[in-house]
Amino acid sequence: MLRKIRAVLAAIFFTIITLLFLDFTGTIHAWFGWMAKIQFLPAILALNAGVVIILMILTLMFGRIYCSVICPLGVLQDIVSWINGRRGRKHRMRFSWSPAKSWLRYGVLALFIVAIVAGIGSFAALLEPYSAYGRIVSNLFAPLYQWGNNVLAYIAERVDSYAFYSKDVWLKNIPTCIIAAVTFVIIVVLAWKNGRTWCNTICPVGTVLGWLSRYSLLSVKIDKDKCTSCGLCTRGCKASCIDYKGHAIDYSRCVACMDCIDNCTHGAISYSFRYRRQTPAAATETGGNPGSDTANGRRNFLSATALVATAAAMNAQEKKVDGGLAVIADKEIPERKTAIVPPGAVSLKHFYQHCTACQLCVSVCPNDVLRPSGGLLTLMQPEMSYERGYCRPECTKCSEVCPAGAILPVSAAEKSAIQIGHAVWIRKNCIVITDNVECGNCARHCPTGAIVMVPVRERHRYRHGNMENDGEDRTPALKIPAIDTEKCIGCGACENLCPARPFSAIYVEGHEVHSEI
Amino acid sequence: MTASGAAVAGLSACAGKPENASGTEGSGEMTYRTNPNTGDKVSLLGFGMMRLPFIKDKKAEDGRGVIDQEEVNHLVDYAIEHGVNYFDTSPAYCQGMSEESTGIALSRYPRDSYFIATKISNFSESTHSFEASKEMYLNSLKYLKTDYIDYYLLHSLSNMEDFRKRYLDNGILDFLMEERAAGRIRNLGFSYHGHKEFFDYLMSVHDRYHWDFVQIQMNYLDWEYAEKIKSKNTNADYMYHELEKRNIPVIIMEPLLGGRLSKVPENILAEFKEREPELSVASWAFRFVGSYPGVLTALSGMTRMEHLQDNLKTYSPLDPLTEDELAFLHHIAHLMMQYKTVPCNDCQYCMPCPYGIDIPGILLHYNKCINEGNLPTTSQDPEYRKARRAYLVGYDRSVPKLRQADHCTGCGQCNPHCPQGIDIPKELHRIDAYVEKLKQETL
Repeated sequence: MLRKIRAVLAAIFFTIITLLFLDFTGTIHAWFGWMAKIQFLPAILALNAGVVIILMILTLMFGRIYCSVICPLGVLQDIVSWINGRRGRKHRMRFSWSPAKSWLRYGVLALFIVAIVAGIGSFAALLEPYSAYGRIVSNLFAPLYQWGNNVLAYIAERVDSYAFYSKDVWLKNIPTCIIAAVTFVIIVVLAWKNGRTWCNTICPVGTVLGWLSRYSLLSVKIDKDKCTSCGLCTRGCKASCIDYKGHAIDYSRCVACMDCIDNCTHGAISYSFRYRRQTPAAATETGGNPGSDTANGRRNFLSATALVATAAAMNAQEKKVDGGLAVIADKEIPERKTAIVPPGAVSLKHFYQHCTACQLCVSVCPNDVLRPSGGLLTLMQPEMSYERGYCRPECTKCSEVCPAGAILPVSAAEKSAIQIGHAVWIRKNCIVITDNVECGNCARHCPTGAIVMVPVRERHRYRHGNMENDGEDRTPALKIPAIDTEKCIGCGACENLCPARPFSAIYVEGHEVHSEI
Repeated sequence: MTASGAAVAGLSACAGKPENASGTEGSGEMTYRTNPNTGDKVSLLGFGMMRLPFIKDKKAEDGRGVIDQEEVNHLVDYAIEHGVNYFDTSPAYCQGMSEESTGIALSRYPRDSYFIATKISNFSESTHSFEASKEMYLNSLKYLKTDYIDYYLLHSLSNMEDFRKRYLDNGILDFLMEERAAGRIRNLGFSYHGHKEFFDYLMSVHDRYHWDFVQIQMNYLDWEYAEKIKSKNTNADYMYHELEKRNIPVIIMEPLLGGRLSKVPENILAEFKEREPELSVASWAFRFVGSYPGVLTALSGMTRMEHLQDNLKTYSPLDPLTEDELAFLHHIAHLMMQYKTVPCNDCQYCMPCPYGIDIPGILLHYNKCINEGNLPTTSQDPEYRKARRAYLVGYDRSVPKLRQADHCTGCGQCNPHCPQGIDIPKELHRIDAYVEKLKQETL
């Protein structure tokens, strides 16, 4: 029963979270956007104390049900493992108990925390489970979903229906796509063979929640009196955490999947209050000296969570501080000195330190502006570019969906006053100069009126002091754009709509720290 | 699909039966008109070779499209079989490939079984010289695989300056008159898109040039409203009567306004269908022009077999409008004037835009949305959401994003080419501003 409830809840969460990354229309976000916001690390980074506390309480009460229900990467592994198990009993009961690889878990966690504190978002993003899953879906499955949608759009067009519209499918960033594919393969292989290996050795969230779940109010327990030491529970445990010989369960690794309860043919395993009938003997089962171990564990946990919280708090302070070297992403077209990040990101620094590179914003951006960056330190964390569209004034989708507080919520009105960058005019590309024609398309589309059209002056004539035809223009002078950077918000309308190709004659440079007009 | 459908239709037509259940006419003979000057017996339906079918998504090495020659041949075969004998082309049509395609299709028939009309389309400054213009004429002969042209037109006269530059100063008009005298041009005339005054001028020099025919834009909308739609144009009734007065045969272009008189708003459609449920809307437009006896032929750019079949039905034979029906069409024209559509007939003269804008695509989508009631003027409209989606989703479907109005630079290079006198950049910017309002929901 408990197992079924877990499976149903997991299926619901998994399906909807997956759809969050697939649905580019934003319909599902309106109802279920919160499912991304209750993910553990994003919530910590967003300093979303309420969610973090609730998740901790949840874990302290029920064990790691977060890992079994809410975490999409965890559920993905369960699905893979389950598919393997469907091949037969031999495969379903393929697990065995193994000792915890504590040094690896704590080592990875320490590295992870260091990466966050140091602001190397790309490394942290690599390990963060929810983000890893987001990348897998948005890079590997979203294209399939979109192609499917495009087929429907094609049909809809034929029957004169506007129910579906087609969506450009494009490779947004090769390294990110490769990383997503490699992550996917690793996860699938590990889960196929050994179930929850990733969660119990690598995953930093799993490690942190593992500490907590050692003290959970409710837990799976083996009744020694009923147990026949048949080993079925161990062989069916994808977390490899049941030592049936010692009647012991490693609660730091147990993800509360309840499989063992159903597997036990003698009803020896139950999910119940841990501390109600605790005898000294039972306590010993969790390993060694009960009192001191528990105290140690508690201290460990507290210090570890404190560390995570400190890292986040430090970031929060730093976002107000100017200075430091901005991370410059390598861009091909056009080459920007400073990356552009969405309104609500506050500053590059704030953005990079909070973003877990889950690609949710990339998935929902309706204008194909956001894409994962290719820079080493910000790898997979999104940035903006305007060759496919521009940051449209009415859209605030990325700020609505960001679960990690990297893009803080902004209203459309606020957005129109946030300067995320400024436009730069490149004379040699401008068609007014090259083609000698009227244009002004940039000025026409500037939402803040930051571009004024001024008459072209043949600069060199004045410089040399001998103007031909005495400075008299016989034809009305053509006009070129001049940018008022005080008003420019860096939305990229000018860059996107500039007729000059392949290089726009006007492009946006990002701002390290966003400001308001 | 088209081919088999046509074959079936062809068979039934041969058997002398109506093509479908609704057709009570069309089984008879094509109506012919006689050219008073040459005695040519010209079919009332003329085949316009301006809207030939292209093979979808196929591009030649030079980037131009590829005409579906097989289909063109098929259409021409069917047309000739059903009595059409007037074919109107130009060196400018279909990305410059219409003449060649027409030549291929027609040269399979005896030269004296059809009339060819083509034009001297020396719009570009580089073709203004005598040599270049003459070369254009000689090329027409070559492409059309003939040594004479039945109807040769000065293409799209619109004002004195243009007329002088293209035809007088370079001496090409004198040359063409010599060619006429030599019999290589059997009829010399012009097509007209312009102001009344210049039309009067051209009539006043009739004695000098002796226009053998004139091609005008005539239909029940332009009859009385051409000037109202665009002040640079002349009402068709004026031009028709001026020509009739001088006994100059009239050839009709844009009888259907590029489809604007067949794809009509729902309430107008209802009026048509209420009156004649079995007749196509297009047939009214063709009957209108056909009912004027001075009309030698009415050109229709028939891209698809259905167009051809419907037109053949209308003119085989022509059932002239009654007084009452004429009044009805004037009433319809009045109704149509209430719709603020852009008078674009999809002639493609403005194309290609040097910056890649799909000008007709944008304007036609706009018109389509007006006609279908999908052009909300305020967000309070009861159908606002549906209409907004239809406009925006349909826009992306009709016109690729990079070719939409927001990319128009306003350089204005298209404007001189529009025979309808549309201020294209102005319209595109207006539509773009409207689309912005839809997108931002600030209507």
